[in-house]
Amino acid sequence: MLKHTPVMGAIAAALFYALPAHATTSEADLQQLRSQLQELRQQYEQRLQALEARLSQAQQAAATSTPTIAPQPQPQPAAAPSASRKGNSAFNPAIGMILTGTYANLSKDPESWELSGFKLGGDGHGVGPGKRGFSLGESEITFSANVDSLAYGALTLGLDGDNKVEVEEAFVQSTALPYGLTLKGGRFYGALGYQNEQHAHTWSFVDLPLAHQAFLGGQYKQEGAQLKWVLPTTQYIELGAELGNGSAFPGSDRGGNALGATLLSARTGGDVGHSHSWRLGASWLRTKAQDRLWGLAHGHGHEGDAAQEESSFTGTSRVWALDGVWKWAPNGNAKRTNLTLQGEYFRRTESGTATVVEGIDPPVDGLYRSNQSGWYVQGVYQFVPQWRVGLRYDRLSSGSLRLGADVADHMAEPGYNPQRTSLMLDWSPSEFQRWRLQLNNDQARQGVKDTQLYLQYQMSLGAHGAHSF
Amino acid sequence: MRMIFALPLLLACATPAHALKVFACEPEWAALTRELAGDQTSVYTATQALQDPHLVQAKPSLITAVRNADLVVCTGAELEVAWLPVLLRQAGNPKVQPGQPGHFEAAASVRMLDVPARLDRADGDVHAEGNPHIQTDPRNMALVAVSLAHRLSQIDPAQARAYEARLADFNRRWGVALQRWSLEAAPLRGTPIVVQHKGFPYLENWLGLKQVAALEPKPGIEPSSSHLSGVLKQLQQQPAKMVIRAAYNDGRGAQWLAERAKLPVVVLPFTVGGSERAKDLFGLFDDTVARLLAAAK
Repeated sequence: MLKHTPVMGAIAAALFYALPAHATTSEADLQQLRSQLQELRQQYEQRLQALEARLSQAQQAAATSTPTIAPQPQPQPAAAPSASRKGNSAFNPAIGMILTGTYANLSKDPESWELSGFKLGGDGHGVGPGKRGFSLGESEITFSANVDSLAYGALTLGLDGDNKVEVEEAFVQSTALPYGLTLKGGRFYGALGYQNEQHAHTWSFVDLPLAHQAFLGGQYKQEGAQLKWVLPTTQYIELGAELGNGSAFPGSDRGGNALGATLLSARTGGDVGHSHSWRLGASWLRTKAQDRLWGLAHGHGHEGDAAQEESSFTGTSRVWALDGVWKWAPNGNAKRTNLTLQGEYFRRTESGTATVVEGIDPPVDGLYRSNQSGWYVQGVYQFVPQWRVGLRYDRLSSGSLRLGADVADHMAEPGYNPQRTSLMLDWSPSEFQRWRLQLNNDQARQGVKDTQLYLQYQMSLGAHGAHSF
Repeated sequence: MRMIFALPLLLACATPAHALKVFACEPEWAALTRELAGDQTSVYTATQALQDPHLVQAKPSLITAVRNADLVVCTGAELEVAWLPVLLRQAGNPKVQPGQPGHFEAAASVRMLDVPARLDRADGDVHAEGNPHIQTDPRNMALVAVSLAHRLSQIDPAQARAYEARLADFNRRWGVALQRWSLEAAPLRGTPIVVQHKGFPYLENWLGLKQVAALEPKPGIEPSSSHLSGVLKQLQQQPAKMVIRAAYNDGRGAQWLAERAKLPVVVLPFTVGGSERAKDLFGLFDDTVARLLAAAK
């Protein structure tokens, strides 16, 4: 075949000469480089012409003689040396980074924020309106690569403004299972509804829907294994099952060998013409909690607050979710305009025992049964390139709460249906940068209207992974 | 039509019980697969000519199509980087993972142009492996055809003879057409052009067109009015003959400039299905050459 050596030699020579020239670049050096480049170009032209001649010869030969498949042509070396990696760094995983920050103007003190009618739980991550003023959002770092021919692995770290590092996701996923099967293990966002699986930088609004905040304590992370099966039908149908340790809210760490959380999901979707595509899903989570504290772990380990009334839950928590997404782009080309409609419905039932630990008193136990629901719908419309507007409406229903007589006095919640309306405008000068302005009319607290204004930036650096639908 | 006369025997004796399922990322590769495999395959086309192939959603229908495919035929060179990896990870199909015979990347068969000497996002949406829009040069198509036929034979050895025969037939017809296009387009050599997106280096290289300006300030960034004014000024010193854009590009920037610079806008099909005439690969280049010639007059 072709000899690469003269060209490679010329490139190497050019680089060699270019290095010392760096310090004392003179016109003569530049001239020399130019002539060498010219020479390179000429060599390439000649070789190209030779190649073309050979191609047409081959085609004529093929046309006249017995057909045989020619040997696969060798890929030609690139004109300029591409950014190839060598040595120990050759197998480094792809690294992507998200930088984000927010300015928040909240008309009410965020310390007083609550969801009236609901008892919150979890680590407080993604729950509540956040801090007033400027705050550094969560910086995300993702490393990902194929492990080998059998698996893919990814690690996403979240570094929040309080200098805490959190492992958001760390999983391995099979790439070699047949029949539409995919097995995932480690820590990952559970396939519960639609938005739960998405990283914060892909959300269309600054904050999570209230339903996620109330029922999942933010985003539900599974620690365990997930099996997904895409059916061999022409219609997209995907079934999923997850087994996890159940330590994440609404479950809690129970310290045993038993599996704590089971999650089942079913999804289907398709296209309508070239311009529309959709997905519908239903999912169900059952998890168990033992002495799960209510209230947000906002203090991040301030045990000194224990004197306040504290209560916990032991029992079973079940969450049903229905989700739907509809995307429209003229001819499927989202460059200029596009519209996304998205909605989810959640229902959570908890049944078990509530325990109230009140200062010096001995703890009191009592029945606890709740059945609560919530939903949101949102639409995001890109009206010109780079600019999108969005509207979201959130509503929760505090539903029914049955309490044993001993705990009723301590734990009664008002019946209230929190709601929130959010208006969003964002601008993306490139696909790696986004600026967002969002206005919330938040009525999470009974009898209180909170006007929340956010200005947010999100920057994507390095390898940027492809997004799911 | 000619191939129908050339291959009645082959088609008669080769009625596959299990047709090979091919997932083609772009319409040009679907068309090429049909040329080379005909009835041996069922071809699913993931995108169409009016879609920007950089910006495709990893939508449910595509997951299912990849799941059921025996062969994935894509451009590669990072053109599909925003959607194909997700499909491959979600589809649960080991046959079509990168590195497997069922994963074919057309760009590996051709010489890449516009390989960036430095990689910096400040330069816009550049592709490290070079410009991925290789389908605008018919000579590339001939190179890819050989590799693809080879790959089809590898995956479906029972039909290897049929693929061989179809490749030979395609080569013959393509060679004739290529000569015709090259002759017809000879007057275009040296024509200065303005492009919307830097999507035509291979076409420029083939026909000897000279790109003097691009409407996108950086690849993948929409033309801004200030940049367009700059291009207009530049054209006063360095005149061009036409503004070229792909069928999927938004036409306003090109129209704005064309009216002020008194230039014709040439909307090239860019891929199969991008215009009435571009029904197959032959129509694609018939139409491309015809439109360029019409504008150059």
